[in-house]
Amino acid sequence: MRRILTIVSAVLVAAMCAGPAIAANEELLGAGATFPYPLYSKMFDVYHKEEGVKINYQAIGSGGGIRQVLSKTVDFGGTDAFMSEEELAELDTEILHVPTCLGAVVVTYNVPDSPTLNLPPDVVADIFLGKLTNWNDGRIAKANPGVRLPDMTIVVVHRSDGSGTTFIFSDYLSKVSAQWLESVGTGKSLNWPSGLGAKGNPGVAGLVKQLPGSIGYVELIYAVSNNMPVANIKNRTGKFITPSIPSVSLAADTEIPDHTRISITDTAAEGGYPISGFTWTIFYKEQKYEGRSMEKARELVDLVWWMTHDGQELAEPLHYAPLPEPAVKKAEAVIKSALYGGKPILK
Amino acid sequence: MLLGKPVEYKGQEPGIGAGSPPADRRNAGGGLTAGRIRELASRTPVSSPFNPMRVLLPRTARGSQKIAASEAAFGRILKASGWTILGLLVAVFVTLVIHSMPAIKEIGAAFLYRTTWDPVTGDLGALPFIVGTILTSFLALAISIPFSLAISIYLGEYLREGPLSSFLKSAVDLLAGIPSVIYGFWGLFVLAPVVRSLQMKLGIPPYGVGIFTASVVLAIMITPYSASLGREVMQLVPADQKEAALSLGATRYEVMRKVILPYARAGILAGVLLALGRALGETMAVTMVIGNSNFLPKGMFSPANTMASVIANEFAEATGAVYLSALVEIGLLLFIVSTIINILGRYIIKRTSVETA
Repeated sequence: MRRILTIVSAVLVAAMCAGPAIAANEELLGAGATFPYPLYSKMFDVYHKEEGVKINYQAIGSGGGIRQVLSKTVDFGGTDAFMSEEELAELDTEILHVPTCLGAVVVTYNVPDSPTLNLPPDVVADIFLGKLTNWNDGRIAKANPGVRLPDMTIVVVHRSDGSGTTFIFSDYLSKVSAQWLESVGTGKSLNWPSGLGAKGNPGVAGLVKQLPGSIGYVELIYAVSNNMPVANIKNRTGKFITPSIPSVSLAADTEIPDHTRISITDTAAEGGYPISGFTWTIFYKEQKYEGRSMEKARELVDLVWWMTHDGQELAEPLHYAPLPEPAVKKAEAVIKSALYGGKPILK
Repeated sequence: MLLGKPVEYKGQEPGIGAGSPPADRRNAGGGLTAGRIRELASRTPVSSPFNPMRVLLPRTARGSQKIAASEAAFGRILKASGWTILGLLVAVFVTLVIHSMPAIKEIGAAFLYRTTWDPVTGDLGALPFIVGTILTSFLALAISIPFSLAISIYLGEYLREGPLSSFLKSAVDLLAGIPSVIYGFWGLFVLAPVVRSLQMKLGIPPYGVGIFTASVVLAIMITPYSASLGREVMQLVPADQKEAALSLGATRYEVMRKVILPYARAGILAGVLLALGRALGETMAVTMVIGNSNFLPKGMFSPANTMASVIANEFAEATGAVYLSALVEIGLLLFIVSTIINILGRYIIKRTSVETA
């Protein structure tokens, strides 16, 4: 009995001492979006080898990332959905958004022979609203001359978990369909009018593969690495665009505001894939809070600078779309606006 | 842990193990007499932890004061552990109440009967999840009870010993140890297609996933819990009662129905209750096969959602005070539902157990 108690207390003491010792100065803490996690872990690994700064990023989801930043338990957060004006107005300090790469959402389906389908925005919206319910509908046929479409009920598969993927997809549908905006809206979790929910990209992909006649949406990277059939979506210039890394990067080739908090879905850029979006890192503009040292602030700013510059080379091999040049310029300006004690950290 | 130990050692006791009467007889035969202790001590090395002299020796050697002190300390530790558990339970409840306050204030009682769950507009009602949870859990229970009862009768009465028995016992226990995500994957990739072909024959929309699929997966997951407990209580039925019935000319089936089942009823119910608790709270496996549709289910095959799975699905990405606290409130409801079912079960067990009847 006594020996067990001794062991237990020894372990407890060791655990208490180990905590602060590991979280020493050389480590930056981040938490948030799962979507860029594979890219971030690669980036942070390379950065650790090059600069010797260790970064601990927990992929707990965008919402969790924002909550952790607000409670000041992490140095930076990651999010797929930028914070709204209302959310930012509630704070007494400013939060910066720096885009790090682009992602896209693709429409995938299970139709016999897996033809590549062209889908106009109104058709996509009506399918996911549950209004357009058969694959042999005239509106689908009109956009796909020469494709034999089966007489088959369409089953909608959507994400059941709150997700940035759902946010980008619903943001797009809200822009192209008045009825969607009215009855469903934009969010990470929605009140879906029809269909089945599945957890995560693998869940949606798995259900679509199993269910003949089903249609769903997943991240571009997931569809590419699993060789899934994906639809070409008509963008605002009237062209059907195949989702790919170049066409997603092109989508960001539009007017970007200085704060970079912009949705680029339904882009006006020619050749840009319309269901694309940025993913951001977020941190406080004033880095001197709760006794943070200048070194730590400097480390953070250096890291974000590296991610938007040298780190971009890592994006494409992992199927992420790198930031286009104008977006990098905007990101530079945002990073330079970070302060420590009222003075800019980067000159 | 503490309770499990004596059972584990039974077979290893060098003095008692070989050729001793069954457990119930031995216990019924009264405590250790001085003569019996001496007899055991002579057969067992003094260093062995099973030598009864080892327990008694210090009493004369070290004096009773020290023993009384350690006895009291042990009692205090036990008491503290018990109260800590109670404290934790209360703390969980209080935390849930505090964090669901914003939603309780904003939505009020409508939360319990509203059927829309719209995180975008903040129109939040939990009824579809409450219905989904109760439907899947009780359907799973209904599916699992015949199987778990059969397993416990077989292993508890018909095949009590031997290599096959211990193999089957560990197989049942192994079922309980499989991570739920594996059950979920199995349900999604093996069971769902089977259910889909059944649905096609029945002429209902062939989703494959839904309440029925979730209940079958749950039934498999919870069967080991009720089966294990059922087996153990059946083995506790005194042999003389069974023998008495047999000597009166009862068949094995009659002994089972008239003697064993009534005697073990309370324990079997306790096992069923444990299984139900598990079914109510199961998250991962259910969310993978239930279809996650936030509407009131229309039938046994329609997609639905449960309280545990909506929390798991939406908590990580939830933003906004009311939405977040509405999810916590669902957790609070789950806590209350589980508590009510537990209390109800305890009441039923008390009513049906042999001792009080």
